[in-house]
Amino acid sequence: MKRAIGLATAIICATGLVSCGGDNGIESEPENTGSTETAGFDKNPYPSTYEPYPSQPVLLQGATVYDGIGGVFENYDVLLSDGNIAEIGESIEVGDDVDVIDASGKFVTPGIIDNHSHLGVYPSPGVSAHGDGNEISGPVTAEVWAEHSVWPQDPGFTRSLAGGVTSMQILPGSANLFGGRGVIVKNIRARTVQGMKFPDAPYTLKMACGENPKRVYGYGGGGFPGGAPYSRMGNLAGYRNSWIKATEYKQKWDKWEEDGGDMPARDLELDTLKGVLDGDILVHMHCYRVDEMAQIIDMSKEFGYKVSSFHHAVESYKIADKLADEGICSSMWADWWGFKMEAYDGIPENIPMVHNAGACAIVHSDSDIGIQRLNQEAAKALSDGRRVGIEISDADAWTWLTSNPAKSLGIFDQTGSLETGKDADVVLWNTNPFSVYAKAEKVFIDGALMYDLNAPDENAVTDFELGQPGEGDTK
Amino acid sequence: MIRNILALLATSSLAVLGAAAQDVAIDNAKLWTGDRVVEGATLIIQDGKVTAVGPNASIPAGTTTIDADGAWVTPGIFAAYSRMGIVEVSSEVSTNDSAAGASDYSIALDMSDGFNPNETTIDVTRLAGVTRVAVAPGFGSSLFGGQGFIADTSGKPNSITKEKAFTFINLGEGGSGLSGGSRPAAWAKLRAALVDARTYPARYFAHNEGDALSRVDALAFGPASRGSQLILLRVSRASDIREVIELKAENSSLNIALVGAEEGWMVAEELADADIPVIIDPFANLPGRFESLGATQYNAERLIDAGVPTAFSYFDDESHQTRLILQVAGNAVANGVDHEDALRAITTVPARIYGMSGYGSLQTGSAGDVVIWDGDPLEITSAPTKIYIDGVEQSLESRQTRLRDRYLSLDESQKPLAYKR
Repeated sequence: MKRAIGLATAIICATGLVSCGGDNGIESEPENTGSTETAGFDKNPYPSTYEPYPSQPVLLQGATVYDGIGGVFENYDVLLSDGNIAEIGESIEVGDDVDVIDASGKFVTPGIIDNHSHLGVYPSPGVSAHGDGNEISGPVTAEVWAEHSVWPQDPGFTRSLAGGVTSMQILPGSANLFGGRGVIVKNIRARTVQGMKFPDAPYTLKMACGENPKRVYGYGGGGFPGGAPYSRMGNLAGYRNSWIKATEYKQKWDKWEEDGGDMPARDLELDTLKGVLDGDILVHMHCYRVDEMAQIIDMSKEFGYKVSSFHHAVESYKIADKLADEGICSSMWADWWGFKMEAYDGIPENIPMVHNAGACAIVHSDSDIGIQRLNQEAAKALSDGRRVGIEISDADAWTWLTSNPAKSLGIFDQTGSLETGKDADVVLWNTNPFSVYAKAEKVFIDGALMYDLNAPDENAVTDFELGQPGEGDTK
Repeated sequence: MIRNILALLATSSLAVLGAAAQDVAIDNAKLWTGDRVVEGATLIIQDGKVTAVGPNASIPAGTTTIDADGAWVTPGIFAAYSRMGIVEVSSEVSTNDSAAGASDYSIALDMSDGFNPNETTIDVTRLAGVTRVAVAPGFGSSLFGGQGFIADTSGKPNSITKEKAFTFINLGEGGSGLSGGSRPAAWAKLRAALVDARTYPARYFAHNEGDALSRVDALAFGPASRGSQLILLRVSRASDIREVIELKAENSSLNIALVGAEEGWMVAEELADADIPVIIDPFANLPGRFESLGATQYNAERLIDAGVPTAFSYFDDESHQTRLILQVAGNAVANGVDHEDALRAITTVPARIYGMSGYGSLQTGSAGDVVIWDGDPLEITSAPTKIYIDGVEQSLESRQTRLRDRYLSLDESQKPLAYKR
């Protein structure tokens, strides 16, 4: 059943009828059910233990509201109750039990979702002992899970919270053709990564195109003559070999589910790849160049899966029309370029040009600094687009930060927009968040106030920072 | 709509901008002089220099006059720390001249020998309003990076303003690692190098080589060791900064500025007393290394409040993203820095650090480096509308704008985009 839904959605996406970043049917039947009935083993052995922090009802009153799906409402109220968006409207009446916050002259948005982070797996301080984000040991490491590396004490989490980030995807690094599984978390303080895991979010798979795999395995890490892949064609051969194995593995399991008998032998690497072929695991693929994106799209059709989003897609502007047709998102920086050959054609108008072609545009960070001010990255892209005549409203541009990344992660049914019944992941900005002077004033996650600009004494001090220089300082 | 704008862009790209300085007056400007904001100001540039500035400056007859219509006008932004022009593609070593791990030399490595005015980074940097840039070496196999220089962003063959403007030395964790593995090793090497340079050439007649430096490096370190050239030190930790302050106390002639200084706020008073300026990245707020556990975005405000001459720069990809200096300055304002102090940190303070009087300011006698903006220069949505360097109007094109224009319309019905000219 789950597979059927996944395929049906994938077909709709592939025909370009809707802009579905990656909601391959996941929202209708989350993977994290812990079910062992059909698969014969527990697909979710490290389940989320996330519990929202305690909250009380809050009314944000008289704000300019970007709803994250293209709407803007002046002088509107947003009511957060029981961890959800309870109501959005004009002059909402509330009882005495509701904390009323004057938001006039301020802005309310959904919380920012960064779909490309390495917080926790490359934490601060970046000492050698903390290098847990890249299982470089082989070009195919689909068997590793980023969540098994995440250090919840990373001070980067609290800094990004102050930038209005309420959820993020933590990915393993990009040395490998198949880097491993990503994990989606809510940006809360927790002792364990399980305590941060976004409830019912699907798993994701990180893959990488281009220079990294061939550099690490071909002529860089291994020394001449090195190993494979040594070239871009070697990259493709590597992916295809793995997909062939995964297809055989899936056939074995499908047959077993139908006919019973001895359970097939488990293979962690192929478990993940089969999850992609089943439509349960979403592919997030690091790919800079358009020629490579086109080849990856062909390959995904060859093996029957769909890419949810291309990441670091600095050349998406060159084939934005094709990406729109395929319903594949592009996760982009506003202006990074030139640090490697495949980033040489980066331009500041990439994001608005992708949006303008009707494709799904996402602002991502891949940076512990950039994640703190993704609103500014969107503002740069928006204004650079306008200078060449691409008129995109502020409200539409906010989709780059919340609803589009949520779709690419399969969590849009729960977060990414201000719609009644969704998680109250909300930011109150002290001024227009497209200004360099804007600060997140209050950040709510599931309705709980997790950060308050004006109460610095309340802000989190991570275990690591306790007793160190700068403890408790405003960061 | 887009097509009309494309046509306009195409027209403007054909206009060849003057190669020589033209006399120009900018009228009705909201002018940052480097010292204060003057509303309704007039600025006059003749022969590449500012000849008059102020609300009542009279425009000589026949001078080309631009009505700024109340727009912000500033000196060209002076980026205090960059690798622009010496790195085309960072990860391609054949195009990266910032460091030479296998070289026999260190302090003698002169970055101006690697400067390429045609590099794509230069136009990209200029388009953000940056007209003067300090270009610093990277680090190869020694704590001594080499000689940095100051250049303009015109892309002209003669665009180096000041060669050998400073010697760059890494006293942070990186420098320790390149000195044998510890801070004491780095300091021992630095002190020995100062002696080698100050006693050059005498001791080299007797010994053939110094304790720390080869003949060539000792010669190159001479001016800095005697205080006639700036020493730029990469250092982060408060205790390391105190060591630097002590070094200067013992060698009062040394001319020292710091890069990094993430924990500078913890020793701000001492830095101010020692008159040691700093170049900081206002974004730095993570304990990225143990030497920067105290990092905070309020570093800028605290240093400036204590009276430390403070310049801003963006440290994450200094080759290609020098242009983000304006964004970091805006963020500094969002984190407590006065707007005028933030403008100082990207105009006059860098000029002062590098001993470049007449740059980073718009006063009579200043270089004609001027930017007209379409909004508050520190606001992230603002951009330059006109840029002058030494009085010469600059192109607003880069390889990036050319790529953008090629793909603004994805219509391939006439011929493939890649065959457009």
